[in-house]
Amino acid sequence: MKKTKFALTGLAAAMTMSFSAVTMSAEDTIKVGVLHSLSGTMAISETTLKDTVLMLIEEQNKKGGVLGKKLEAVVVDPASNWPLFAEKARELVEKEKVSAVFGCWTSVSRKSVLPVFEELNSILFYPVQYEGEESSKNVFYTGAAPNQQAIPAVDYLMNDLGVKRWVLAGTDYVYPRTTNKILEAYLKAKGVKESDIMINYTPFGHSDWQSIVSDVKKFGSAGMKTAVVSTINGDANVPFYKELGNQGISAQDIPVVAFSVGEEELSGIDTKPLVGHLAAWNYFQSVESETNDAFIESWKKYIKNADRVTNDPMEASYIGFNMWVKAVEKAGTTDSEAVQDALIGIAVPNLSGGYSAMMPNHHITKPVLIGEIQDDGQFQIVSQTPGTVVGDAWSDFLPGSKDLISDWRKPLSCGNYNVKTAKCSGQNF
Amino acid sequence: MRFERASMANSVNSGLGFFLALFVMMWSAVATADENFDQALSKIETGKFPSISEGVALLVDSDDARVATVLNALTDGALYRYKPESTLVYLHDKNDEGYLVSYVSSADKAGEKFVVKSSAVKRVGVNNNLRNEISSALATLNLKNPNVEIRLNALRESLASLNPASLKTITKMATTEKNSEAKELIKTAMAMGGLKSEDTAIQLTSISALKDSLEPAVKLALINMESASDNAAVKRAAKAALKGIEEKLVRYSHLETLFFGLSLGSVLVLAAIGLAITFGVMGVINMAHGELIMIGAYTTYVIQLMMPNHIEYSLFVAVPAAFLISGLVGIAIERGVIRFLYGRPLETLLATFGVSLILQQAVRTIFSPLNRSVETPDWMSGLWQINPVFSLTLNRLYIIIFCFMVFAALFLILRKTALGLQVRAVSQNRSMARAMGVRSEWVDAMTFGLGSGIAGVAGVALSQLTNVGPNLGQAYIIDSFMVVVFGGVGNLWGVMVAGLSLGVANKFLEPFAGAVLAKILVLVFIILFIQKRPRGLFPQKGRAAEG
Repeated sequence: MKKTKFALTGLAAAMTMSFSAVTMSAEDTIKVGVLHSLSGTMAISETTLKDTVLMLIEEQNKKGGVLGKKLEAVVVDPASNWPLFAEKARELVEKEKVSAVFGCWTSVSRKSVLPVFEELNSILFYPVQYEGEESSKNVFYTGAAPNQQAIPAVDYLMNDLGVKRWVLAGTDYVYPRTTNKILEAYLKAKGVKESDIMINYTPFGHSDWQSIVSDVKKFGSAGMKTAVVSTINGDANVPFYKELGNQGISAQDIPVVAFSVGEEELSGIDTKPLVGHLAAWNYFQSVESETNDAFIESWKKYIKNADRVTNDPMEASYIGFNMWVKAVEKAGTTDSEAVQDALIGIAVPNLSGGYSAMMPNHHITKPVLIGEIQDDGQFQIVSQTPGTVVGDAWSDFLPGSKDLISDWRKPLSCGNYNVKTAKCSGQNF
Repeated sequence: MRFERASMANSVNSGLGFFLALFVMMWSAVATADENFDQALSKIETGKFPSISEGVALLVDSDDARVATVLNALTDGALYRYKPESTLVYLHDKNDEGYLVSYVSSADKAGEKFVVKSSAVKRVGVNNNLRNEISSALATLNLKNPNVEIRLNALRESLASLNPASLKTITKMATTEKNSEAKELIKTAMAMGGLKSEDTAIQLTSISALKDSLEPAVKLALINMESASDNAAVKRAAKAALKGIEEKLVRYSHLETLFFGLSLGSVLVLAAIGLAITFGVMGVINMAHGELIMIGAYTTYVIQLMMPNHIEYSLFVAVPAAFLISGLVGIAIERGVIRFLYGRPLETLLATFGVSLILQQAVRTIFSPLNRSVETPDWMSGLWQINPVFSLTLNRLYIIIFCFMVFAALFLILRKTALGLQVRAVSQNRSMARAMGVRSEWVDAMTFGLGSGIAGVAGVALSQLTNVGPNLGQAYIIDSFMVVVFGGVGNLWGVMVAGLSLGVANKFLEPFAGAVLAKILVLVFIILFIQKRPRGLFPQKGRAAEG
């Protein structure tokens, strides 16, 4: 109705023309979905990843796009609301017909969208370290599995710092609980006594750390070197480190190794009380390599702020994006099934100077770095694995999953294959 | 040494630079008396951890007067490598033109400061292992330091890792030391040395000398003694001494928990006290209360941005500023939204919830969704060490005091000022107050502003404890309502008692139940309590309250 009315005027004619021009060009582009929270609690971390993907798309378009077509980003905001993640994922795949989605941060958001991606047989690149115990046909995990972050960190503390007593402190949700279960089993396998492990969980955003830090202090005064392995999430970290500093616990007395504290988190903190504490990641901004220098430079230019930092999930987004581009070029199509097959075996440069490859279990190979926090909010790398470590979907240290493997190559094509019973359960998570 | 230096220089310069470096090296070797010192520096200069470690060991052996300065600079991150001359420099200041530095080792240029480009220097980094080595090296050096505080710290540090060398130094100190606290520590150290003696009698006297000490190192030594010694008498004595120490530890740990509880309680009271005015006195369910706290915290951040060189005083400016800004925002909310909704609690709840979302997103847009860094002034960080096992954290202590001050101020305003009188009159009987000539609309705005301003002040205190970010308010809104409802709506004393008792209860539950369960138990308790006494701890009495 409206259209016919408008068509009477010259202005409307121009408008329809430009409108049809848009739809024309849309057919010539490949759509890429970006599913990161831009509002709500997780906006603090996820906004950066949205910007990273947009930057990568812009750069790829400058290079001529993919398969001769320009890439077009479709950004949606799931607003840190887990059910909304599933709705938005469906919208991206069904309505927008995107070829692949880059998104999610928390495990619960990934679990929420997973059935959608499996049902619609689309592709999700998940760029954040997580607890493992999952391997979906449609999800490509470019963040670290526990054996690419937690276990090497514990090895470093044990071998290089001589740590004998362990505090496993975490926020009360699935990632810390699973990681700590794996670590506890690992430590016990290494001969650490039950009485030398203290496990503690706190609610999200916990801000009163007095008694816990005081307990850690007492636990650490037993004459054996003690360390805290922290899976404390985001916001709760600042008051935790502040309390450590205030109670006079320095990194030399009881070092804390964190899996969720990176450059981005440090940029909003008074770093004084944190200096010397550790973090384990697969990438630090301070890594010395040419690819990294170029990445930092283009990031600062893109975001128009010389003070912005880069971090590990950004590198994971970078790797995931480049893998997808390469796989699409290899497959010669954006057809989901073909790209999924092409992705396995793809290797692209990571930012620490080496290459990361997509394994048949949809996890990637990456080096593990341990860094000490410096007063400028950057990390000084104190340890690095000699080569890359293959991400393990199913932990070897949990009784329920040590016999499981995942291999999405044909003919096995299974995310949960039990090598003992030789059966594929089909339950991928 | 010769080879190392030359090759270093070679990598930086080449050809001519090589000879120049050789010359500089030979010349400096002649000029400086202490060759060990220079050799140590050249090891540190490589920037590789193993060779820095060797360098530190050399430094300690060199007995040079400058050693402590170098080591302190190394741990403080003020030691830099000046690349063009491949030599070590101290960093004094950073400014727009570059870095102000001075040579560490140079006979005629020592102390002379000069400016270099920031790209020409690189910091010599240290890791935890090195920090440990340096601090134990410094501890032995610092035992001779004329400053009492430094000497005390060095003594405490040496206690934890007592070795024959440090014991010898400490024994020598015993005759000259004047400070009583240091004397006590020396006695402890010597007694700990006595534990290692072969002679049972010396061991027994050492144990009895140690039985009142609360130093963690002493407890460990006694535990070792009890399990390792094969003399029954010694074993018994050690056991008895340990029992005494253990009893004291338990007593102090209860005291500590009480302090933690009071501190948590004071935070709850601070967060809730503004709500006690808006919700308690005016009956407005203000879901944006948390965001008013957040605005106070962001005000602190902005104030610190405006006075970067006077962080110590920033909080004194931030308190009135936060009061004003949050108060004004509060008045705006009252005039713009709430006044149309008086007497309609459900609509008020929804409207203020909307306002809270708007404020959060506004902060995200203005300040970015990332947390902002609010610095803690030096006078607020650290410990008040009462004894080795009992200490109070200063920031918590100040916040408890601050909470009482805010409470007293609010109490005085409500009891002693004309505004307070009118607020109470309006809250008790609006139409009667109006009949007496009170401008009830004006009083409403002022009351809401007062409550919001107090929330802002709470934000200043919270900025010292937790994250300053868009979600700050959400974390405290539930707790605030909990405290006000528990304490009795409309009663300031109720808020005080409720906040402190919930804090203490939470902290005493935490060791048994864990942080998550403790919180749940407290909530369950409040639900049951409200069933029994719906008006809270201190219900308002009288006709106004009945209505």
